[in-house]
Amino acid sequence: MKDWQTCARSEVSRRLTITGFKFMKFWNIFGSAAMLMALQAGVAPQAASAQSTIKLDGSSTVFPIAEAVAEEFQISKRGKVRVTVGIAGTGGGFKRFCRGETDVSNASRPILKEEMEACRKAGIKYLELPVAFDALTVVVNPANTWVKALTVADLKKMWEPSAQGRVSRWNQIRPEWPAEPLTLFGPGADSGTFDYFTEAVNGKSKASRGDFAASEDDNVIVQGVENNKNALGYFGYAYYISNKDRVRAVPVVNKSGKAVMPSIEAVNDGSYEPLSRPLFIYVSEPAAQRAEVREFINFYLTEGSELAKEVGYVPLPKEAYQLALKHFKEKKLGTVFGGVPEVGATIDELLAREGKL
Amino acid sequence: MSVNPAMAPFLDPNSVKRGLSRRKVLDKVFVIIGLTVMLACLAILAVLFIDLIKDGSERFTWDFFTNFASRRAERAGILAAWVGTTLIMVVTAICAVPVGVAAAIYLEEYAPKNWFTAIIEINVTNLAGVPSIVYGLLALGLFVYEFDLGQSIAAAGLTLALLILPIVIVATRESIRSVPKAIREAAYGLGATRWEVTKDHVLPYSTGGILTGMILGLSRAIGETAPIITIGALSFIAFLPESPFTSEFPFISFGWLNDPFTAMPIQMFNWVSRPDPAFQANAAAAGAILLGMTLMMNAVAIWIRYRFRKKINW
Repeated sequence: MKDWQTCARSEVSRRLTITGFKFMKFWNIFGSAAMLMALQAGVAPQAASAQSTIKLDGSSTVFPIAEAVAEEFQISKRGKVRVTVGIAGTGGGFKRFCRGETDVSNASRPILKEEMEACRKAGIKYLELPVAFDALTVVVNPANTWVKALTVADLKKMWEPSAQGRVSRWNQIRPEWPAEPLTLFGPGADSGTFDYFTEAVNGKSKASRGDFAASEDDNVIVQGVENNKNALGYFGYAYYISNKDRVRAVPVVNKSGKAVMPSIEAVNDGSYEPLSRPLFIYVSEPAAQRAEVREFINFYLTEGSELAKEVGYVPLPKEAYQLALKHFKEKKLGTVFGGVPEVGATIDELLAREGKL
Repeated sequence: MSVNPAMAPFLDPNSVKRGLSRRKVLDKVFVIIGLTVMLACLAILAVLFIDLIKDGSERFTWDFFTNFASRRAERAGILAAWVGTTLIMVVTAICAVPVGVAAAIYLEEYAPKNWFTAIIEINVTNLAGVPSIVYGLLALGLFVYEFDLGQSIAAAGLTLALLILPIVIVATRESIRSVPKAIREAAYGLGATRWEVTKDHVLPYSTGGILTGMILGLSRAIGETAPIITIGALSFIAFLPESPFTSEFPFISFGWLNDPFTAMPIQMFNWVSRPDPAFQANAAAAGAILLGMTLMMNAVAIWIRYRFRKKINW
């Protein structure tokens, strides 16, 4: 009786487990591999890699320059030094920078008060170095024949918060312009370009009308303006350079009353204002002690001029790079802005100022 | 014999015929609508795929796969991105699948039906609908800082594992439920324990469904951008993680788990928003390759499922 039972049971279970057995083997291997991995990950957090890595993060506007410099620097070092670049945004970059996670922070605006405070609390000192200019470019459709130049007052009429829902035709800006609808395109509120433009035009960072087509991707703005005869938009100079045949840049009237087209020369001689802005890198002081970081910054400030131009930005004048390099070598710590956004300062002026931590 | 007047139409042969042919027409109409909708969906996918391939056609070279990112569009490649994505997927699968399957088995086969398991069930289903950025923020606090994993492949893999866990659990439960009760009862009747029933019968028979869930989950994870940007994926990285295979014992290394990374969707996102229009071709090519990777994963799952199904003979 007992024998019969065992026999039948084993027979049935043999037949039923033929598939199951192989299957279990599969899961066992799977499971043990997972455990092994979990163990490994637990034992060796942040294993120091044999090669030294320079970590950059921050503004996506500065990214193309940082990428170009990182690429060339690694080639020149034949892979002995590694450079990584992230795009957490200027604000996100500073957050990581002040926690000591990155060596260099890319910024499309100067460091702000709260960020200075965060760095101070964490005991992170830093050097502020300008690396290039960006010229915010106001563009219209090539078929737009009436706009010859724009004053800051014109731009303010279009973009100020009180224009929302009220200013919707070109002739509301200047009576001689046609009564065509005015369609506006611009970067979204998270972008440093938006911050700077609103500061320069409306007098207050982030103060803008909200009823325009906003996009974090500047290519969308290019497309929008290209496809609408009555459109107007603004973005960084690099996007204009790459899309010259699709949109028309509008000269902007500066303080001395001259209408100036955005160009490398106009930015350098200071006549394209108030829409040109400096871009920065912030180097943390502990990182600046490292030989490879010093070498990288040296490379940045000597080769950066050509590379910035290649990716569509306006390089600083030669003397400015030399002066910035001198400041770096002399360890001139802190920011020259004191944590307040500012429009229209020339590069010579900035480099002459004293830094503050 | 009196006939109920309400039944009269059903007894008249002509009326029945008319009704029948009308219902047959409705049947056909439904088939046509269903077919159209399905073809429309396929056509959209096909157009998208063909468009990507067309836009990116000049970039489909060997160099594109073996080059790192570069400021020059024609020199830029996706090496760091596809290696990163592959390694992240490995970590995600290894973490999410065993845990997800175990949870599903517990809920289906072991858990008593009470208010506590009901709450768990509702939560699991709701978790599947939580926006991915929320997982990114959770992972930033938990994995990156609390567990000190840093901006690493391990952190990204774990984040995406969390994200797909509910999908794996729900799919596994569905397929466990589809195993006929009679099979379980037969095994219990022969004296098998609950664990024996599960491992020898329920699991093998539901493998097809489990794999489907796993692939659905991984297909979602492979395209996620927001959570891995949140935990700090890089955009420019010109070196590869440490190799998982070494020349000396034990031939496997886990150093890559701690390495920084980038992934395909991030590389694409970065290229799409570049000023130079030449990068649009790179973005299109990377998109087509990402789609190709997803389709390949699906194909492998279908093949494995087919193999398993062939072995089952009830």
